[in-house]
Amino acid sequence: MSEWVDFRRIGRRYPPELAQPAVDCPEIQAGLFVASSENLDTAVDTGSGGADNGASPERAVMDADEIRRTLTRMHHEILERNHGAKNLLLVGIRTRGVPMAERLAGYIERSEGVAVPVAHLDINLYRDDLTERKNVLVRPTTTPVGLDGRTVVLVDDVLYTGRTVRAALDAVNDLGRPVRIQLAVMIDRGHRELPIRSDFVGKNVPTRRNERVSVQLEETDGTDAVTILQGGFH
Amino acid sequence: MASLPATRAAAAPAESAVIDPVIPGDAVASGRRHVLDLDDFTAAEIAGVLDNAAGMREVLGRDIKKVPTLRGRVIVTLFYEASTRTRVSFEEAGKILSADVINMSASASSIEKGESLLNTGLTLQAMGVDTIVVRHPHSGAPNFLARNLGRVSVINAGDGTHAHPTQALLDLYTARNHVGELAERKVVIVGDVLHSRVARSAVWGFARMGAQVTLSGPRTLLPEPFTAAGWGDATHRNGSENPLASVRVEPDLDAAIEGADLVMALRLQSERQQLGFFPSLREYIRRWQVNDARMARANPGALLMHPGPMNEGIEVSTNLAHGERSLIEEQVTNGVAIRMALLYQLAGA
Repeated sequence: MSEWVDFRRIGRRYPPELAQPAVDCPEIQAGLFVASSENLDTAVDTGSGGADNGASPERAVMDADEIRRTLTRMHHEILERNHGAKNLLLVGIRTRGVPMAERLAGYIERSEGVAVPVAHLDINLYRDDLTERKNVLVRPTTTPVGLDGRTVVLVDDVLYTGRTVRAALDAVNDLGRPVRIQLAVMIDRGHRELPIRSDFVGKNVPTRRNERVSVQLEETDGTDAVTILQGGFH
Repeated sequence: MASLPATRAAAAPAESAVIDPVIPGDAVASGRRHVLDLDDFTAAEIAGVLDNAAGMREVLGRDIKKVPTLRGRVIVTLFYEASTRTRVSFEEAGKILSADVINMSASASSIEKGESLLNTGLTLQAMGVDTIVVRHPHSGAPNFLARNLGRVSVINAGDGTHAHPTQALLDLYTARNHVGELAERKVVIVGDVLHSRVARSAVWGFARMGAQVTLSGPRTLLPEPFTAAGWGDATHRNGSENPLASVRVEPDLDAAIEGADLVMALRLQSERQQLGFFPSLREYIRRWQVNDARMARANPGALLMHPGPMNEGIEVSTNLAHGERSLIEEQVTNGVAIRMALLYQLAGA
């Protein structure tokens, strides 16, 4: 543990054996990852106790204020990219994507005066891993308007392997024919297994595969916070 | 209500690979491989099936009723007795979930040539069938298949006078959608309880969910244990609390229906009269037909259920069966949703 690798670009220091998975992150390999001052601040602020060896059980990534600012920025980006809110449909992927989409719709309504419809999407019937996991409750998918001719913005809390988004794309296909589909995520944690990227990212957070990114939202968890939890595979 | 040990011999689910996080508390209690009876379902597991059925109902309402969930799975419906709604709803459920569904009826297969149930099951298993949905005139036939087939899920679609668990689940789901939580709700089941596997499973399911169940009908059509106060001991033989201990029996329907939230009429097979279980159809209609006058004694807003097929004008009046208080058609729709939920859960076990 004497030899340390300094990953300044990701604002965090890891012992060499732990640094490897971070390099797995395709964004870093591709040189796409941009370390913002935000990233660096977070790492400095939340390194738990003396030895910042990446093995702390939990570290904070965002608090309530940062989540609010991030969503504020993201709603502006969505409006900018789509030249306003016309024909937009926000599709929240259950569970955390739904309150996130509702909030984005709220911000859009405040700044544009337009009520953007929000659909709730359950993707469990479209998963590719039915036999590999205990199956999960299937909830109804609801949409206040048809998808045909809309610009659909899929909204989810964490983008990881990309398999959830792949399933969501299939589900959206079954519901109608949008003119385009975009993706907005709060956290992009890397480790993609499919050729999928997001259009709007709250924050890029390099992670190791055995870490877990926990996004908590007031509506579902009673608090607003993003944390990285250590711990085994799940 | 036999619950055979072999029915619990479910394969442990493989450790899941790295995937997006599962939200804790979202997982449906599973690990189940067979659905043979309701008596080995806990209240929580029943609630989980009903919750999943709500998600499936939404799929049924879409323009394109197809999801890819069970692609590549093979389901055989093996029916040794006639059926319309149960067989068709299993087939529809499987097809909406993209499984391949093969229908087998006893009259058009080697069963005609005398092939035994076991050999039929082994043959289907050897062909790589994943799920067998079986209806059989002999009580316990699905349990027998489940015990002897190692790699196949067995779903009981009605066996003899034993059980019809998927019917009971769809009844529970329909009831919950209309009256909310079933605890403390008053449910009256009226008719030929003695010969009814539907009633046996429904009694178990409603009682398990905390409803107050009252059975009504001619004394000769209420099975012996029911005619005592309650049914059986406080502890079921599988060790759990026996929900049936609270079941009431009231042969006088006018008294039984007092304050009811739900009334379930059972099909009366007319050959029972020839066998001497009750004196005349006319008397049966007079004393046990569920009609508007009787429903007026129930709670305002009380609803009617019937598992079908109906003898209109006998156990239920035509007026009522097709009126506003009838849930009969909705039961059929929900039957597809419940069977989708079960097929989904068994596949993920």
